[in-house]
Amino acid sequence: MRLWAENLACVRGGREVFAGVSFALGSGEALLVTGRNGAGKSSLLRMVAGLLRRSAGSLGLDAGEADHSIAEQAHYLGHQDALKPSLSVLENLSFWGAYLGASPASGKALDAVGLRDLSGLPAAYLSAGQRRRLSIARLVAVKRPIWLLDEPTSALDSPAQSQLAELMRGHLHGGGIIVAAAHGPIGLERARELKLGAA
Amino acid sequence: MKELAALLMRDIKLAVRAGGGALIGALFFLIVATLLPFAIGPDLALLARIGPAMLWIGALLASLLALDRLFATDYEDGSLDLIMMGRAPLEFAILAKALAHWLTTALPLVVVAPLLGLLLNMEFQSMTFVALTLLAGTPALTCIGLIGAALAVTLRRGGLLLAVLVLPLTIPVLIFGVAASNAAIAGPVPFGPPFTILCALSLASIVIGPFAAAAALRHGLE
Amino acid sequence: MALIDLANPSRFLALAGRALPWLAFATALAFGVGLVMAFNAPDDYQQGATVKIMFLHVPAAWLGMFGWTLMSLSAFGTLVWRHPLADVAAKAAVPIGAAFTLLCLVTGSLWGRPMWGTSWVWDARLTSVLVLFLMYLGVMALYRTAEDPARGARAAAILTLVGAINLPIIKFSVDWWNTLHQPASVIRLGAPAIHPAILTPLLVMALAFLLLFLTLHLAAMRNEILRRRVRTLRLIQADESHA
Repeated sequence: MRLWAENLACVRGGREVFAGVSFALGSGEALLVTGRNGAGKSSLLRMVAGLLRRSAGSLGLDAGEADHSIAEQAHYLGHQDALKPSLSVLENLSFWGAYLGASPASGKALDAVGLRDLSGLPAAYLSAGQRRRLSIARLVAVKRPIWLLDEPTSALDSPAQSQLAELMRGHLHGGGIIVAAAHGPIGLERARELKLGAA
Repeated sequence: MKELAALLMRDIKLAVRAGGGALIGALFFLIVATLLPFAIGPDLALLARIGPAMLWIGALLASLLALDRLFATDYEDGSLDLIMMGRAPLEFAILAKALAHWLTTALPLVVVAPLLGLLLNMEFQSMTFVALTLLAGTPALTCIGLIGAALAVTLRRGGLLLAVLVLPLTIPVLIFGVAASNAAIAGPVPFGPPFTILCALSLASIVIGPFAAAAALRHGLE
Repeated sequence: MALIDLANPSRFLALAGRALPWLAFATALAFGVGLVMAFNAPDDYQQGATVKIMFLHVPAAWLGMFGWTLMSLSAFGTLVWRHPLADVAAKAAVPIGAAFTLLCLVTGSLWGRPMWGTSWVWDARLTSVLVLFLMYLGVMALYRTAEDPARGARAAAILTLVGAINLPIIKFSVDWWNTLHQPASVIRLGAPAIHPAILTPLLVMALAFLLLFLTLHLAAMRNEILRRRVRTLRLIQADESHA
């Protein structure tokens, strides 16, 4: 499997955010997107996720599932956690499991992020870090080969960060691809770096 | 299908639980119908005559109440991004959300309508007909409102304003809904033609609404 | 000059600048001829001189509908080809179409006062035109609400197209509703055959109105393009002061 981008450009509100961004990632490879605020890290991830139109350039996935778009084979972890406060932890997770994928493994995913004990609690009672972990559990519950992570470590304490690093390593080991946007290291040693706004 | 069922159930749960919008529409409807006699006087004959029209206006406003938030809440907490990344076509996902909204907001209106008819001095039989027209016509109101709700997300603000912008589009539904009700109660035209047209409007809106809303959301998230 | 050249905003500006004086002159000429013809047209044996309001009223109604048609075509251009000029055309047409529709309503009201004894009746045509006017106002409000012009353009395009699908349905519904409520109680214009002595001035006036619409539209498009250039220049200025 190979995820590639060529000469991507992003124009928002009449301004050019970035241009000429290219990369290619094979199975088991990770890309760390860095750059100052406003350099377009989030925009790049949303573009790969199909949530933002490309102003120029092309994007493709070789050897993926042919009848599904990149967006349908990718997980997107954005700044918001996509959780409903009035639903319980388990209900939130199993909804996204059922909506996004075929055979969700909600219980196992809650174990992976250490939220099994809280599964019956409404999501409204969770702390910011717990919400983030529940959001990450989605990536485990539904198997999709591409992970697009926008500042995944925000709000996480150091045990949770190493937990996440463990999950990411497992994903890469299983042949997955990760594109992550972050200001600093997120625990992926072998990730390549793409610096936006350097010019 | 499983995705859509999950989305439908989630939206119903959200509407029914604390902070959800279910039954607020019915309550609003009830209060409007109660206020009405204070505005026009307790003349039972007059109330009976304009009753169907007032119920329809009430239903129109009530079904708009929670509609402007239909996509806005999902947009604000990031759920909309994930809904768009699902494998179900966006049009169908929107239809599932619309169905959940209709079941939790419009269906209670249909159920309480006969009760309100009692207050407005309408015959029981007339009331069943009015309820029937509401049942047939409210899907159109929901699906037309969808467009406004999606545009509100597109523009990031303006919530209720945009829901109001699509109100002129509901004129045909209002005309044929009230006409069918009146036809059933007093005549002179038969009940059939306006009721059939009302059903046709609903079916057309069920097709057009989700398509326009999906187009608005796709263009809006850029 | 190929059509693709017209699609380039700079070419368009140059062309518009050259075409505008000619269009304005043609408009003035058509109005001059049309108004004289309308003035000399025979009075209606029932309505007297008030029938002359028709020479303003009917073309205004046509142009009000023409405006929405133009916006709908432009909306296609915005959504399908994402052409910036299409949105400029749509946005420029909104207030002009609204103004013609309002003119139609006002003249209709002035005409109705002596004819029907009231300034407003819920006649099917009047009601349909009123709805059209409300929808124009809606699109204007939508453009004003949008912060980002591109985003507002697409939202307005969708609302315009939905309106284009719905306007005939609304028209049909209102006709139906009207026959139900007011069976033949109002005097209707639209006798089976209009006498040529009235029809000719009417068509000349319609041409004059069309030319006026096009002149105003072209000028409004030019202004809109310039307004967007100013916005872009300001954005560049803001960016440079950052760097």
